Amino acid sequence: MSAPADFDLADNGKTLRFSGSLILARLGNLPQHLDDLEASPDRIDIAPVERMDTVGAWLIHRIARDHDIPVEGADEDQAHLLKQIAAADQPLKEPPAAVPSFQRVLNQMGEATIRAGVTLIGLVGFFGAVLIDLFAVLRHPGRIRWNALVRQFEVVGVDALGIIGLMSFLIGIVIAQQGAIQLRQFGAEVFTINLVGRLTLRELGVLMTAIMVAGRSGSAFAAQIGSMKLAEEVDAMRTIGVSPMEALVLPRVVAAFCMMPMLSFYAAMVGLVGGGLFCWFSLDIPPITFVSRIREVVPITDLWQGLLKAPVFGLIIAIAGCFQGMQVEGNAEAVGLRTTAAVVQSIFLVIVLDAFFAVFFASIGWI
Amino acid sequence: MSSSRQAPGAHDVVICVRGLTNRFGDQLVHENLDLDLHRGEILGVVGGSGTGKSVLMRSIIGLQTPESGEVQVFGEPMIGREDIDARNIRARWGVLFQGGALFSTLTVGENVQVPIREYFPHIEQALLDEIAAYKVTMTGLPPEAGHKFPSELSGGMKKRAGLARSLALDPELLFLDEPTAGLDPIGAAAFDDLIKSLKETLGLTVFLITHDLDTLHAICDRVAVLADKHVVAVGTIPELLALDHPWIQEYFNGPRGRAAQDAADRESNTDPIETMKRRRAALESAGGDTAPDKDAG
Repeated sequence: MSAPADFDLADNGKTLRFSGSLILARLGNLPQHLDDLEASPDRIDIAPVERMDTVGAWLIHRIARDHDIPVEGADEDQAHLLKQIAAADQPLKEPPAAVPSFQRVLNQMGEATIRAGVTLIGLVGFFGAVLIDLFAVLRHPGRIRWNALVRQFEVVGVDALGIIGLMSFLIGIVIAQQGAIQLRQFGAEVFTINLVGRLTLRELGVLMTAIMVAGRSGSAFAAQIGSMKLAEEVDAMRTIGVSPMEALVLPRVVAAFCMMPMLSFYAAMVGLVGGGLFCWFSLDIPPITFVSRIREVVPITDLWQGLLKAPVFGLIIAIAGCFQGMQVEGNAEAVGLRTTAAVVQSIFLVIVLDAFFAVFFASIGWI
Repeated sequence: MSSSRQAPGAHDVVICVRGLTNRFGDQLVHENLDLDLHRGEILGVVGGSGTGKSVLMRSIIGLQTPESGEVQVFGEPMIGREDIDARNIRARWGVLFQGGALFSTLTVGENVQVPIREYFPHIEQALLDEIAAYKVTMTGLPPEAGHKFPSELSGGMKKRAGLARSLALDPELLFLDEPTAGLDPIGAAAFDDLIKSLKETLGLTVFLITHDLDTLHAICDRVAVLADKHVVAVGTIPELLALDHPWIQEYFNGPRGRAAQDAADRESNTDPIETMKRRRAALESAGGDTAPDKDAG
């Protein structure tokens, strides 16, 4: 190992003499000591220096520049290195100074508000663009991409059957069990059936399915389209003459629109099975009684409500996912951010719209 | 000339590859490959597409575990080494990947500072900033590029920024994977000048994968030819030309090879400093290859 870098003042402080290895690994505290140096030498002597790399050369160059003094004793290579470093020393534009934290918080709030507004407008605009392309494709049915569409049906619908079934089954059981505990206090355990029937068909079937589809498919839409955008695949499509809207967005939107009602209906049915099984084993209500009670207490409008909401939710999820995917720009981090945004926005919008639907259906008498 | 005929110990060997075999599934990429890299030389590695030049580099730097064989860097075995063990060796080399491989969430300056922070955490931020700034300018980027994010740079600028990062620790050994691919001819020639002058001032040893015949003629001390799953020949270009291997003959004596040879002959008759000045001026008048592909955001 070579000697560490060091310096001293010779000739009554007139000469700043460096020695040892002026390399990054052997610098130690040399930069700090140099900063603390108070003397103003007339020249720098680097003859005793054994090795020098660009960092060492930079330190020498900086002192020579700041004190405006000559460097002596450099051999040919060192002189060349110093010359290169001097050529690389260009005045640096400072990045803008940091803003005070209070102002920064205000800035961030303002920016977030503007961003939220812009996103909302963008979403509405994107929805419009999807509608225009949809009608354009419907007028020329030859342009429908059946392969992509069927593939999306499979990915969004069929592949989700397992997880949505399991989730709905468990939720049916949980509703029945929690309901039974509360209703037992009034000796009204039999009303558990009302609870399970109305809740799964009207709200939970469709809502839980929407959340699951947003997590499974909405995020996948954003990530797929986003990484295709990063890899310039979307641009390549455009140049070839394939509309990304037709090839990527429409199949996904249509698949989500069509699959959501089916998945919701399936989820509601499996939820009923879960609740029914719990009633049978825990409350001794046989399945035949459960089914006939369901038919008495659940109005058919509950089913219509669920099935009417489902395609709207599917549309929102697919539009948010594809829209965020199309917004990806720059780097891989953007894909992650946009995917998160897609899921959060779609679930938020689904729940807001669900509240509107509840008020709407109540006011038209579907109680 | 062939690596197996090289007398052992004749040179200070930095990289020593013996009997390297790499396989992906059924596809054999390297079989019994031998290669030596001597201290202070620029070794060009050439070969047709798909002959495993990048795989060879990945095997040497430890990103790819070969099926069999031995790789020594600075006299230390690299295969099967724990990452923590290899840290001291990793601090002594720099790697420039094909696309630059810059960390996309950091600015160019911060990218350059990453290796220094990792190995020398006691260095103050002010000095780090200065080091990053001069490294960035040294590689031919404008000073303000240090504050930009990789997504705001053009392909050529990304390469330069990647080179600045690979030079951050003033390494002894530099791996370059097609450094001039995708650069305009003036930018590529300036890149060659840069590597050559860095080699001369810092005593760098360079492992250079390239397709660029001009680079081979301009800066490589020796050239290794990868074909038939191993290194068929290593030597200077005149030495290689004397060999009777069909691929080598086609490569160096094809139309492009001849043009590069002529250009190299012309270049050697002119003053190198004048050439460098001329290139700098040309780069500056064109704004360098500094115009980004697109605006940020």
